[in-house]
Amino acid sequence: MVDFRSRADRAADGVNVAVLSVILVLTVYPMYFVVIASISEPTLVSAGHVYLWPRRLNVEGYSYIFRTRNILEGYRNSILYAVGQTVVSLALTIPAAYALSRRDLRARGLIMFYFVFTLYFTGGIIPFYVVVRRLGLNDSAWSLILPNAVNVFNLIVARTFFQSNVPDELLESAQIDGCSNSRFFANVALPLGQAIVAIIVLFNVVQNWNAFFHALLFINDSSKYPLQLVLRRLLILNELLTGGEGLESYSPAEIQRRQVLSDLLRYGIIVVAIAPLLILYPFIQRHFVKGIMVGSIKG
Amino acid sequence: MAKLAPGRPAAGAAAIAPARPSLNHRLYDTARYLGRSWELYAFILPAVVHIFLFKYLPIYGLSIAFTDGFSMRTGRSAPAWNGFAHFLRFFDSAFFVPVIRNTVVIALYSLATWPIPLALALMMNEVRNRHFKKSVQMATYAPYFISTVVVVSMLRVFLSPRIGVVNSFIKLFGGEAVFFMGSPAWGPTLYVISELWQNAGFGAIIYLAALSAVDPQLREAAFCDGAHKLRIIWHVDLPSIMPTIVILFIMRLGQLLTIGFEKVLLMQNDLNITTMNVVSTYVYRAGIQQAQYDYATAVGLLETAANFALLVIANRLARQFGQTSLW
Repeated sequence: MVDFRSRADRAADGVNVAVLSVILVLTVYPMYFVVIASISEPTLVSAGHVYLWPRRLNVEGYSYIFRTRNILEGYRNSILYAVGQTVVSLALTIPAAYALSRRDLRARGLIMFYFVFTLYFTGGIIPFYVVVRRLGLNDSAWSLILPNAVNVFNLIVARTFFQSNVPDELLESAQIDGCSNSRFFANVALPLGQAIVAIIVLFNVVQNWNAFFHALLFINDSSKYPLQLVLRRLLILNELLTGGEGLESYSPAEIQRRQVLSDLLRYGIIVVAIAPLLILYPFIQRHFVKGIMVGSIKG
Repeated sequence: MAKLAPGRPAAGAAAIAPARPSLNHRLYDTARYLGRSWELYAFILPAVVHIFLFKYLPIYGLSIAFTDGFSMRTGRSAPAWNGFAHFLRFFDSAFFVPVIRNTVVIALYSLATWPIPLALALMMNEVRNRHFKKSVQMATYAPYFISTVVVVSMLRVFLSPRIGVVNSFIKLFGGEAVFFMGSPAWGPTLYVISELWQNAGFGAIIYLAALSAVDPQLREAAFCDGAHKLRIIWHVDLPSIMPTIVILFIMRLGQLLTIGFEKVLLMQNDLNITTMNVVSTYVYRAGIQQAQYDYATAVGLLETAANFALLVIANRLARQFGQTSLW
């Protein structure tokens, strides 16, 4: 292949690739560092001797993490909430999205306005908090499953998808044959919409796995904490170090011991928390991009 | 007439009979339509109820901002009308000035980084090696999926003066360790940088998609006329994706004051609170932690109203300058 680029353009390309490489390293390094630090000797990490590769392999942290009740409970709760929320969300979103995709639906514009308005104007945190508490959902899994079950953005994405992927001709011919709307939805539209169901599932799972604020608002019983709230306690409120109590109650030797333990664990805990999404990442990112593209079409 | 145009009565009926259909006729027509299509409304009903409960009831709940002594147990307020007392209290409080200032500083600071995803997309678009392009894309997109709690934990670990890798680099080059997370001056910067780390790659995706739709013939023509890279970007790429840029910028303006509340809350501590206390975290503390529901609702309402006003203004601007709008 002949290179037609001028000298200036070749230089520009060189600079471009160099800058992007720096960005690439800056983006990946923090994640990479967490991984290598989690399997290195903690004293070496703390002293700043670990930069590029793990030193003196040490996986004690992980064996400790997998024996810690808080973390295991958090994992279990998070999976439970994510599955429950996703199921409810699909049941509410997909049929509504299909119905709203139908051009012959009367008052469609009005109903869409009813939904879309809530994207632009909300009651804010406090009234929301009051409503959920007054509905009696406090301290139960429902407070994490129900309030977000209908995400208007997802609803629009799904509606747009049905609109462009279920041909009108199919509906007409089915109607001539006397097919009811629910049968058409179950036997024709839903199979055609499998891709959008997958995308909505992913949106929900990712969002749920990472959510912590609603749990902070509504869950008081720590045995019901989702993983993110457990992480917050351990890593941000530093309970790894203090065990939930003031440091004053410990002897200097005990503080020292806990410090080493906490240094050992924090990287490992981060890895354990992001592992599920990073493993699914190649799959997730392809579908996410697709979903965003569908959603960005104004319809 | 109903027989002639069962599906689309308005169009069909109008074409054949210009006279307005009688009330009886329209009722009959609607009944027939519902008899055929009621299932579609049944599909929508649960979502409508859900949105009513969790979106419209809270909007109605904003009314407690104008009451006093709201009780969570009864759901009622003692004086049912308290006027604008809570708003005035906020304007008079010692928190008013710092909280507004912190919010505006962080908001404008974030807005200043708005072009970065666009620049990233333009740069990726110029890469000739497909594998390299793909790797950069995959890598910069990945942090988007990491939770706020983990990002803040990573900040804390990396920036720790005792064990943090950033400080060990600083010490390696002979500097003094800095306690970043406890520094009011560093707070907003750390917030903005970590937001970029997490979202720049994600933000670039939409631009990349728009760029892939740019007509290659235009680029080739410019190239044949002797335009170099930067000129092609400036005169071909950017004008071609201008509608996308405008609409994204407007959406961004509409959310100007919406600061990543969760992240700020997690980053806050006693040391950096002077620069990190923003309106939404103040609302959280006053409302949830101190149970002053009515007062906190009033402060939150100010924020909601400001956001809504911004969105309306931004949308009007878009209509005027970009011939594109959100609604």
